[in-house]
Amino acid sequence: MPKEVTKLIHKYLRHDKTFPHVWCPGCGNGIVLGALIRAIDKIGLQKDEVVLASGIGCSGRMNVYVDFNTLHTTHGRSLTFATGVKLANPSLTVISVMGDGDATAIGGNHLIHAARRNLNLTAIIINNQIYGMTGGQYSPTTPYGSYASTAVYGHIEHTFSIAELTATAGAAFVGRGTVYHVTLLQKLIEKAIQKRGFSVVEIMSNCHIHYGRRNKMGDPVTMLQWLKDHAVPVEKAREMTSDLPEDKFTIGILADVEKPIYTEEYQKIRDQSTSKQ
Amino acid sequence: MSSSTKKTEQPENKEVTALDGAGSERAKKKYNQIIFRDWCKACGICSAFCPKNVISMDQTGAPVIERPDDCIGCLFCELHCPDFAITIRERNTGKSVN
Repeated sequence: MPKEVTKLIHKYLRHDKTFPHVWCPGCGNGIVLGALIRAIDKIGLQKDEVVLASGIGCSGRMNVYVDFNTLHTTHGRSLTFATGVKLANPSLTVISVMGDGDATAIGGNHLIHAARRNLNLTAIIINNQIYGMTGGQYSPTTPYGSYASTAVYGHIEHTFSIAELTATAGAAFVGRGTVYHVTLLQKLIEKAIQKRGFSVVEIMSNCHIHYGRRNKMGDPVTMLQWLKDHAVPVEKAREMTSDLPEDKFTIGILADVEKPIYTEEYQKIRDQSTSKQ
Repeated sequence: MSSSTKKTEQPENKEVTALDGAGSERAKKKYNQIIFRDWCKACGICSAFCPKNVISMDQTGAPVIERPDDCIGCLFCELHCPDFAITIRERNTGKSVN
């Protein structure tokens, strides 16, 4: 175990696993993992109080490395397992980590209904705009006109905007960050975990190996620079008189509303039914 | 007249000394950059985005600390390292900045 490297992160890692981790050099997943650990440390949660569920894909490897209660589940079903854990033990802090294909393609139905139901969960969706692990096929968030291994002449479909989708579906807290703006990202994750209700953090990340190489951004530095150039703070976007250009996206807190949460409402029903007997 | 000029001079002098003090105090803070080579995958993020060009790359793309005294402790490299392989400590106290 490296003693000289940052102690905060290393407190939460499983040192019996093989390090360095499996992700490609410069992958945004590592930056997200760092921000998540710092956020949990800042809130002051114990390791045993946190449950981290993940699906399949590059992001699914995240919970292998951290020393929380972890669930590595089937493709797209991270939120369903997290829902089960939360209903069985509402006192746990349940975080579900998903990729963009995991959350919006195969698990799209679970995502919108989890948002509508308003369970006290946190969904962290890492959006790298492609299926990275399986070889660069296009996903629901691949931008129109860009290239992928299954869209060699340019992508002809239009994208989902995950943050706006979940806000419309009824999530109590929706934020969007990037792996370039790490301080903002850490704050968003902190607020999302502390929020009572279903909270979503969409994280724009880099897959320079599969997405970048086919779209003339073949190294992590170029992709991080791209994220920096195309992110617009949501406060600034509201002040703008013209519409946001199509290739740009807003970052910050996009929705924050108070709603009754599912587990408390369910407990009320249980109390009512037992008092009648 | 002489008394009024003195009065105006005094606050000016104070301001200058206050600024000087803050500047020198900030300049005194030095940082150590520690790279854990076994975990570094040489992705190049730390050297590309360092605002003071403290870190540069060698021929293999691995980071090299070139001007350790120029480091301002902004933590960009530590926060953005995907492999948790770099950390910044205060030179005198050895404390982690984060």
